[in-house]
Amino acid sequence: MSNFIQFYALLEFIVHLNILEMKKVIIIGNGIAGTTAARWIRKLSDYSIQIISDESDYFFSRTALMYVYMGHMRWQDIQVYEEHFWSKNKIELLNQTVIHINESDNSITLRNSTKLNYDILVIATGSKTKFYDWPGLQFKGISGLYFKSDLEYIEAHSPKINHAVIVGGGLIGIELAEMLITRGKQVTMLVQEDSYWSNILPKEESKMVSEHILQHHVEIKFGTELQEIFASESNEVSSIKLSSGEIINCEYIGIATGVSPNIECLKHTNVKTNKGILVDKNLRTNVKNIYAVGDCAELQFTNDGRKAIEAVWYSGRMMGEVVAHNICGIEMEYEQGIWFNSAKFFDIEYQVYGYVPAKAVEGVESVFWQHEREDKSIRIVFDSRSKIVIGFNLMGVRFRHEVCDKWIQDKIELVEVVQDISLAFFDPEFSRNYSSNIVDVYNAKFNTKIRAKVNSLNSVLHFLKIKA
Amino acid sequence: MTISNGIMKGLSLAFGLLGLSIFILSLFDVFTYFHNGLLIFSLGFILLGVLTYCKYLYGGKLAGIKNNFVWQKSESNRGIIGIIVSIILTAFYVCLYWYPEVLGKSDIQNTGLIRLFDPLSLSLKNKVASEWFVYGVLYTFAILVFGIKFIIKYRHNRYQVLRTISVIFFQLIFAFLLPEFMLRMNLPYNDLKNMWPLNYYFFDQWNINNFFDAGSIGKAMFYFGLFLIFIGSPLLTYFYGKRWYCSWVCGCGGLAETAGDSFRHLSSKSLTSWRVERILIYSILLLVVVMTIGVIYSYKTGSQYWFFINTASLRSWYGFLIGAAFSGVIGVGFYPILGSRVWCRFGCPMAAILGIQQKYFSRFRITTNGGQCISCGNCSTYCEMGIDVRAYAQRGENILRASCVGCGICSAVCPRGVLKLENGSTDITEGRRSNKLSFVNESEVKLIQLK
Repeated sequence: MSNFIQFYALLEFIVHLNILEMKKVIIIGNGIAGTTAARWIRKLSDYSIQIISDESDYFFSRTALMYVYMGHMRWQDIQVYEEHFWSKNKIELLNQTVIHINESDNSITLRNSTKLNYDILVIATGSKTKFYDWPGLQFKGISGLYFKSDLEYIEAHSPKINHAVIVGGGLIGIELAEMLITRGKQVTMLVQEDSYWSNILPKEESKMVSEHILQHHVEIKFGTELQEIFASESNEVSSIKLSSGEIINCEYIGIATGVSPNIECLKHTNVKTNKGILVDKNLRTNVKNIYAVGDCAELQFTNDGRKAIEAVWYSGRMMGEVVAHNICGIEMEYEQGIWFNSAKFFDIEYQVYGYVPAKAVEGVESVFWQHEREDKSIRIVFDSRSKIVIGFNLMGVRFRHEVCDKWIQDKIELVEVVQDISLAFFDPEFSRNYSSNIVDVYNAKFNTKIRAKVNSLNSVLHFLKIKA
Repeated sequence: MTISNGIMKGLSLAFGLLGLSIFILSLFDVFTYFHNGLLIFSLGFILLGVLTYCKYLYGGKLAGIKNNFVWQKSESNRGIIGIIVSIILTAFYVCLYWYPEVLGKSDIQNTGLIRLFDPLSLSLKNKVASEWFVYGVLYTFAILVFGIKFIIKYRHNRYQVLRTISVIFFQLIFAFLLPEFMLRMNLPYNDLKNMWPLNYYFFDQWNINNFFDAGSIGKAMFYFGLFLIFIGSPLLTYFYGKRWYCSWVCGCGGLAETAGDSFRHLSSKSLTSWRVERILIYSILLLVVVMTIGVIYSYKTGSQYWFFINTASLRSWYGFLIGAAFSGVIGVGFYPILGSRVWCRFGCPMAAILGIQQKYFSRFRITTNGGQCISCGNCSTYCEMGIDVRAYAQRGENILRASCVGCGICSAVCPRGVLKLENGSTDITEGRRSNKLSFVNESEVKLIQLK
């Protein structure tokens, strides 16, 4: 009898192993979220992995599309892995369109009518450019800058462009402007607000970037919106009308008014969506065995002041890692953590850590230093009452992510952060050290006489290691 | 805007060609009257051409990374201009090493290109020019002129500016002027910073004799050479990585960083190249060690053979294959095809030694800034050593590679402030590797392991 039990246990074990090995994961979308998920599933298991995308054969860095247009890199340079990476890691890539998800029998249907079964489905379909219903949107010469096909479109259309109009003043808008300026095009940006990206950037930083854009010979029209698009007889864009009534002749219109989750393929399924695909803390959708990550996922829980859809590279990467753990049986919850982001506005690098309000907020103050001549500034945001540091906003200055993160996480007081600010400096060696400038601003504001400490890399590492 | 730019570009080309035309005309013995003025006129116009080109590229523009259309321009994308430049450079090196008479070298009376340099040589050291003098002048001039261009290009980055001033200084003073003056004072011609094994003839009998025949100063130079090899260089490499030499002092590095800057992106980033690199560079290191021991052995014992090796023959083959063909002809001649650091990456035994030290006994590393990498690929693309920097940066790992020469361009071109060259005694990689999540720290995504 005991032999039989042992045999049964062994049998069960083998069956269990088999089931583990045979799990079939399909990931829709080969962006940063989907690819990170695949990489981590491979690290943690032997599951079969298929990534399906109809955008490109291989994963590429979406944020680097502009550099291909500007000739800094070739297409193959923004593909993140060499070809052998995929076969070595046994990740199968399919350049196909998913037209339907059949959750009733755990399968998907491709455009070529192939049906593929899955045990686990990860939806990582990202975003798409948000178009508002401007009259004339059907004409030729209009695009966003999100997909590979957008890059190809702008490239092919470029010879016809003399004057381009960019609608929207955000991250994609400024990238489009920089791209077109390098090709010697005349560029006009339409910005709804009265200063560049002023719903995100504090006033001074927003002003700095606005002026920098002008120095690059981009014309900006603040407080204006696109009203109507006109075309020539061949249906090519010829001019636009602004909300102010002004008419601008142009051959190209770049739409940069934001992105929205790309969730077309979920139509006719029971997967619950709002703006994006609704997911729980484990990034599961309401349908069993279906997960969603990245730009297309909408969190049903958020930290204070954080969005339910954070369409940035970094969130996609983190979600990919978390979902892989959950799929491989290691339960893990996704928390948004301390916010960080970065960008580059022409020549000004931008980094943000923690909470940096764009408009004045009751009970929140900041210590702000700006370089007299160069486009550089440092802002340390703190809670007025407790003096605890809650955020950093950097323009043209590089700060250490981990140090800022730890300061915010550990709720360190402003005075300590200011004295030790050199711990955070990450500019190349021999760059100017702005410690004393920040200390001066602090001393003037609080009428104190504190001094900046000198820190080496070893002090930084020591500081970070203290962390439990 | 475009019209004045076009004129500027044309003008720079005209100036440069005017300067170069003096060289070409002199090759065909067109000139009969020689004076320093002719050479100065020629070099001056080349300088003017490069400066005008800088004005065209960077003038009236804000400081920042300006790699626009690097992959579209014929000179920098292995296009027709690149190939022509490569052929001319290669031809020049072939003549220099093996057919100096084509350049006008003669024991009786120099002609051609070399004759053009006689006045300068005479005024510097009272001797007519040799092909090596011509080479030295042109080499130094190239580092100076393109160094200025590099400084203008990276004027917003103090690391780059200081580093370039350093390579110009070491080339101009240590590699060019000092040795010429020493020769004039009947001292051995010696580039003090040119260390064994890059300087593969350091232990040659004639070289050692040269030192010891020159009295106490000669001896001092010899012992300084030994000190550099065994004490100075390991110490500096321990504190700062191999960059103190490769991208701050070395002449080969100096040329690669300045004249070769426009070709840095052409280095291959593939895994295969990395494999080839490791096999080649360590084989050459082994070869130079065997050759040197052999040479010293023969010198000490008077025996022609060390074991079965004919030491003199090995020495001369090394000089021909590695010293001339690899470092010169391929190393520089192929700049526009294979990138600017082919010799440094695949061939230089000095770089091999410093690389081993850098990897295992050095405080140098390139730090990755938390989770800020967007995998864009600028760092890898512009790495002249062909290191796939992105592969490390996107995983939040630091970069500790033997081949890294610490030029700092990866950090400069990074649009998100992710990379920094640093020195420190603490091991930053501890616990960062292994199977850990790749973003900044666990607080970003709280690990709640329920099972």
